[in-house]
Amino acid sequence: MMEAQLNGLEVDKIRSDFPIFGRLINGKPLAYLDNSATSQKPAQVIEAMSSYYREHNSNVHRGVHRLSIEATLAYEEAHKKTAHFINASSMEEIVFTKNTTESINLLAYSLMGLLKKGDEIVVTQMEHHSNLVPWQQAARKTGARLKFIEIGSNGELKREGIESAITKNTKIVSAIHVSNVLGTVNDVRHIGQIAHENGALFAIDAAQSVPHMPVDVGKLGCDFLAFSGHKMLGPTGIGVLFGKKDTLGSMEPFLYGGDMIREVSFEESRWNDLPWKFEAGTPNIAEAVGLGAAIDYLRGIGMDNIESYGKSLVRYAYEKLSSAGNIEIYGPPPEKRSSLISFNIKGMHAHDLAELLNAEGIAIRGGHHCSMPLMHLLGITGSARASFYLYNTREEIDRLCEAIGKAKAVFKV
Amino acid sequence: MYREFILDHYKSPRNSGSIENADIIHKEVNPLCGDQVEIFLKLNGSGTIQEVKHLSRGCAISVSSMSLLSETLKGKSLKDAAGIRKEDIIGMLGIPVGPVRIKCALLCLYALKDGIVKYESAKP
Repeated sequence: MMEAQLNGLEVDKIRSDFPIFGRLINGKPLAYLDNSATSQKPAQVIEAMSSYYREHNSNVHRGVHRLSIEATLAYEEAHKKTAHFINASSMEEIVFTKNTTESINLLAYSLMGLLKKGDEIVVTQMEHHSNLVPWQQAARKTGARLKFIEIGSNGELKREGIESAITKNTKIVSAIHVSNVLGTVNDVRHIGQIAHENGALFAIDAAQSVPHMPVDVGKLGCDFLAFSGHKMLGPTGIGVLFGKKDTLGSMEPFLYGGDMIREVSFEESRWNDLPWKFEAGTPNIAEAVGLGAAIDYLRGIGMDNIESYGKSLVRYAYEKLSSAGNIEIYGPPPEKRSSLISFNIKGMHAHDLAELLNAEGIAIRGGHHCSMPLMHLLGITGSARASFYLYNTREEIDRLCEAIGKAKAVFKV
Repeated sequence: MYREFILDHYKSPRNSGSIENADIIHKEVNPLCGDQVEIFLKLNGSGTIQEVKHLSRGCAISVSSMSLLSETLKGKSLKDAAGIRKEDIIGMLGIPVGPVRIKCALLCLYALKDGIVKYESAKP
């Protein structure tokens, strides 16, 4: 109740929507602090998917029978909800993929036709592998050059680094919105402005931002935005690529085959309308329905409320962890970060810490967080990461700090 | 899991360091976590392991496994060293190693075996 009064979220009520919180881990209540990896799912999402399979299951965009019509409507409704959620102009701008990684691969493959030797692709030094490796390959295959916006010692992008990296030769700029390691919230609007001044396309990896804050593609001024359903209370297997209608319309498809065509002869094919042109084959229909239910859930609570609650949790965790001693915290101060915190206890590997926390029922991530170049830059091989979401509590952060104390005693550090 | 002797090997790994003119040098990285061990073996004229060193950067399980393994290698023939099994490593650790941490425990064994394979295949 305190939690609810303090931060405007009824956390007790929210928690009761998530069946998994009934579980005990090693005899202790689960404290799930690995939300940057994936979120838990409320009963509303599980039920929407289950009900789809029990009552409406069919293929989409095919038959004229009742079930096929219901499945098609449900699938398209999920596109519309997603468009509305990020303020896209219509569902034509919403392509469903498997996840953020596939969304960015779609972009990299499809945009490769624009690139030639001497062109530049610009990303940041804090990219997740999902927004780095596809561009490395695009550069390798086309002879384009991959350039990086540098990070300063404060864990934020260097402002002058943005302007020096992006030039008239830059064709594509792709930047992470919220770092999954540092928690830094990047000023992507500014990066987009510089990209557009130089005639480049601008894409955002929003995997860690869309679940945690209001995201409006119009305000951000991006050409593309990629995110995953599973980090925002939805199921795995459903991701999103937003693209401006005219830009998507002029792009080549990524995957070819069923459902993405308008007309096929033995010799050639014409492509289907947006967004179906980019959704070849039978899609993840139940997952799309689940994503729609997750969006309904998040909207019911309000993204502004979720953002401010997340900020209050990370501020609390930052202050408590900072005073723990023998700890190194990576990234900017709490007011400049999203709801995650990466750190190392001196003399203890992150995996060992994660193992000892697990014994207390606490789930955190230990490792390189799919950001090996950034780890190299920080001079570490990995870190521990606690990441929060709307169902976490201060009490769980207290348990985290207490368990870290116990782990330090085991390692005598 | 974190018994006293495991932590002891983690904090003071035996045979830590490198050998400048080693016959076998091989680095193995765990792609899941980025942990790495680099093994250095010096052989005598008859192909027996004469000196062992390693540079290990990782968790308590991966470092202590490498440390424990390094203590058993001196005086072994390459054939015997290549015959060390994963059960031997788990036996040396003497703790239950689950499906996740088994990769940490066996990193040293992969470094040893791949290093030997690389050395053997480079022979004329």
